[in-house]
Amino acid sequence: MPIDIDIAHVAKLARIELSEQDMASYRAQLGVILDHAAKVQALPTEGVQPTSHPLDMVNAFRDDVVTPSLDRDEVLSQAPDATDGFFRVPPSLDNE
Amino acid sequence: MNWEPVIGIEVHVELETASKMFCGCAVDFEAEPNTNVCPVCLGLPGALPVPNRKAIEWITKIGLAFNCSISERSQFHRKNYFYSDQPKNYQISQFDVPVCHDGWLDVTVAGATSRIRINRAHMEEDTGKSIHVGDSGRIHSATETLLNFNRAGVPLVEIVSEADIRSAAQARAYAQDLRTVVTALGVSDAKLEEGSIRFDANVSIRPVGTEPFGTKVEVKNMNSFRSLERAVDYEIRRQEGVLESGGIVHQETRHWDEGEGVTHSMRSKEGSSDYRYFPEPDLLPIEVTDEWRDEIAATLPEMPAARALRYVALGADGDSASSLAGSEALATLFESAVEAGAPGNVVANWLTGEVTAWSRRESLDVAESALTGKHLRDLAAMVAANSLSSTAAKEVLGYVLAGEGGPAEVATAHDLVQISDSGALEEAVDEVIADNAEQFARLAGGEDKLIGFFVGLVMRVTGGKADPRAVTEILRSRIS
Amino acid sequence: MTELSQLTLVEAAAALRTGECTSVALTESVLDRASLTEASVHAYLTIDRQGAMAAAEASDRRIAAEKPIGPLDGLPIALKDNMMTKGIETTASSKILSGYIPPYDGTVVKLLREAGAVFVGKTNLDEFAMGSSTENSAYGPTRNPWNLDTVPGGSSGGSAAAVAAGSALAGLGSDTGGSIRQPAALCGLVGMKPTYGLVSRYGLIAFASSLDQIGPLTRSVQDAAILYEAIAGHDPHDATSFPGPAPSGTERLGAGVEGLRVGVVNELSGEGIDDEVLVAFRTTIDRLANAGAEVVDLSLPSTATALSAYYLIAPAECSANLARFDGVRYGLRVDGSTVDEMMSLTRAEGFGSEVIRRILLGTYALSAGYYDAFYGQAQRVRTLIIQEFATAYEQVDVLVSPTAPAPAFELGAKTQDPLSMYMQDICTIPSNLSGHPAMSVPVGLSASGLPIGFQVMAPALGETVMFQVAAAIEALSDDIGRPVLEVVAS
Repeated sequence: MPIDIDIAHVAKLARIELSEQDMASYRAQLGVILDHAAKVQALPTEGVQPTSHPLDMVNAFRDDVVTPSLDRDEVLSQAPDATDGFFRVPPSLDNE
Repeated sequence: MNWEPVIGIEVHVELETASKMFCGCAVDFEAEPNTNVCPVCLGLPGALPVPNRKAIEWITKIGLAFNCSISERSQFHRKNYFYSDQPKNYQISQFDVPVCHDGWLDVTVAGATSRIRINRAHMEEDTGKSIHVGDSGRIHSATETLLNFNRAGVPLVEIVSEADIRSAAQARAYAQDLRTVVTALGVSDAKLEEGSIRFDANVSIRPVGTEPFGTKVEVKNMNSFRSLERAVDYEIRRQEGVLESGGIVHQETRHWDEGEGVTHSMRSKEGSSDYRYFPEPDLLPIEVTDEWRDEIAATLPEMPAARALRYVALGADGDSASSLAGSEALATLFESAVEAGAPGNVVANWLTGEVTAWSRRESLDVAESALTGKHLRDLAAMVAANSLSSTAAKEVLGYVLAGEGGPAEVATAHDLVQISDSGALEEAVDEVIADNAEQFARLAGGEDKLIGFFVGLVMRVTGGKADPRAVTEILRSRIS
Repeated sequence: MTELSQLTLVEAAAALRTGECTSVALTESVLDRASLTEASVHAYLTIDRQGAMAAAEASDRRIAAEKPIGPLDGLPIALKDNMMTKGIETTASSKILSGYIPPYDGTVVKLLREAGAVFVGKTNLDEFAMGSSTENSAYGPTRNPWNLDTVPGGSSGGSAAAVAAGSALAGLGSDTGGSIRQPAALCGLVGMKPTYGLVSRYGLIAFASSLDQIGPLTRSVQDAAILYEAIAGHDPHDATSFPGPAPSGTERLGAGVEGLRVGVVNELSGEGIDDEVLVAFRTTIDRLANAGAEVVDLSLPSTATALSAYYLIAPAECSANLARFDGVRYGLRVDGSTVDEMMSLTRAEGFGSEVIRRILLGTYALSAGYYDAFYGQAQRVRTLIIQEFATAYEQVDVLVSPTAPAPAFELGAKTQDPLSMYMQDICTIPSNLSGHPAMSVPVGLSASGLPIGFQVMAPALGETVMFQVAAAIEALSDDIGRPVLEVVAS
């Protein structure tokens, strides 16, 4: 099955800036891997439920109890940029 | 052409649990920025979410209140999109199997009741808060963004209606009634201005009498019921204008600008088809058994609509009953007054009239006043016994609300008690007749308009404390 | 007495109890060994000499007071650098986490700390555990102590190499598609992946959440069983954690295989497997049969598709798991004029090419229009594999196969061909998809002197019988000894 990959769109969704050259090379590699991965389509799976957890368990919850949060200075010490108790990032272009 | 609006409403409700949806950080909007954060809600490497049981119980409660079916087994999904106030760059939400589905809410506008179907209510987590810093404080000119993750991970319930709403007024009524129910459940403070309840509207129009939906536009950023109604109304008219002039309505998200009273197109982020939903592998399915659901159902308070019906049966008129049922403080007073023996119609009118007006005027909650159900019962009894006029009763109510004392005490103190002793009244009437014999002869002779003249004189000599109806009766008995 | 750094956990614990040595001496011994071997092996990203010595001293005080905490008290252990260690740099071998100091310990790290273990340091891995050679590290590759021209396997190659080289007595790895078992096979060690959910993932940097499990890399089956028991158990911080008690690892060690039914998986024991590996595998099967096991040949046809399913599921999950590395709250940031640009530049700069490849692959496999054909179908194949395993385990107690298709390969041999690298995991992946436990035991050396591993698989929560069979294989096999490593003091 020939696989059509809009690599620029995929890279944009994944927020990874790629050069034209990188995109071409990833597109080719993804094609090969997906070609192999497409073998999954050969198996008859009609009526088969997908598995998203290997163990059949349900309902793992916690009680609504407050536990201590992290120390803010420790948290912000790892931030690339912080000011006045906030993380700081460049402006957004989206107008929301 | 005549157009028919087709509107659906999406509501986000922040649950007021003690801790967040997937971690033990406190839900507290007053806290200093980034102090209620931990590896889980900050999306640190290696952290894993564990769902808050109470949040699951509360969304179930919400679902039951809106007549939803509760999924026996539902599942969390990851909704993938990058946004700097979303710590993991995916939101844990629900996709094909929400906790609640297929409910409804009846909404009445101008006497007409419509059933608005609710498609689903699902569980998700809130994002952090962005502060866009710049010259005007607006995002276009922002020079940087500051991030506070205290809100990240707060449990959020999204309630999605079907596109059953047909007017801006109905949209508003739906939103108001929905909020009333959520508030009655005690699961959220549901404050629009603080964003703990948020309404988005999906608006499209179609020619009257046709079936297919038009292209829908999502309208966001309404922070009051009034702005919701205005925004929907504006958007309907905008779309009519576009279509009437031969244009095309684009599927997009538009931002309501309260100041200008218009909606603005927003630059689109990921399209909804780009969210790449997949089952959240860090979480197990949620199974709400019949037993668990019934336990939760047993904790449901009486719903406002049912309560309103009961109040009508107790004597309140329809509109008053809805108002009373929508306010915990008024409902409590109403019920205790009626239980103490007061007539429902009288008490309902006072509560929705004078008492509500007092609360607005004083900016005080009715629950903060000195008024009790027993006061209302006593007040009603005094009116029934003719010892207070209905006008005086309202005045007395004001003094009671202000905390001056009980009705009898206050009425005496302010000299508002009527003369209800018939002997004293007859004496006063006879005295006035004797003093105005000529006029009385004309009255007796058929000049009936003079009855007002005599009642007025009696009121004057009694210092306004006579019951005018009783005075009229005595006058009539003297004529015949 | 053997060089301290070469002892098993069990031997070292005994030596501590009898006073033959101290934890400080053991710890110094592995640290000295590291200073000799690291220049050539490069097993570690961070060595915490100070922390290790402090923990060793504390342990010696407990032992002197005859109050050791348990079987791991005072024993030097290596941690893969994708496990959160409070106050110690944790990078997952990625540039994007360069200099990152976590504010918390992962559950497994916490459990081992509380058990008195001494952490030597953080070991190298394929970036974010994506790879089978430990060559995909932003901080340079690790080499196999058995032959420095070859890879140690991966992604837990650093922990495996450290244990093989003597710079730790045991190590922890994580296994998403074979990342403990394959390096164990290539470095002549025992490597074990527990049943999904038995060991907490809290504090493990997620690669593919529904597949990842932490497990031991050790010099003996008994060591693996002891280390497994120390880290297994329910954790309220991991919703996928198994709520019941973890099965025993040590209970049936030494019980032999008499009467046990051993199933040979045809699909994993023929095509694509190196001849030397097959010979060693068959020899071991014969030894098991001679020891009284009933050997059955079985077919599990879906396992042939496991690799394909894996290369859809793991990238899909990783594409979301790695979205949090965006330059906002921690780690690397490359400046940009908008927040989107900053994120895109940061991620392009911070991730290596294998990680980018898998993120793109996963993003694509989850996209609208492709979900059902790829991700959805892979999840259904997963169901088929689980069903086939279930049927097989009605007939046998354990399943067996080679661990890796070949002994260690040379550095650079597969870096240009992702698919051939992915084939390394062909025998190990099915157990990750099914969530079942599996482990690798060394069974011999190739003609060129490289270790060969043998894989034992068991049903969910079947750890006890799995360790039983593994211990029997260990006893039936020739001791491959320790690698002879030419070292120069750095």
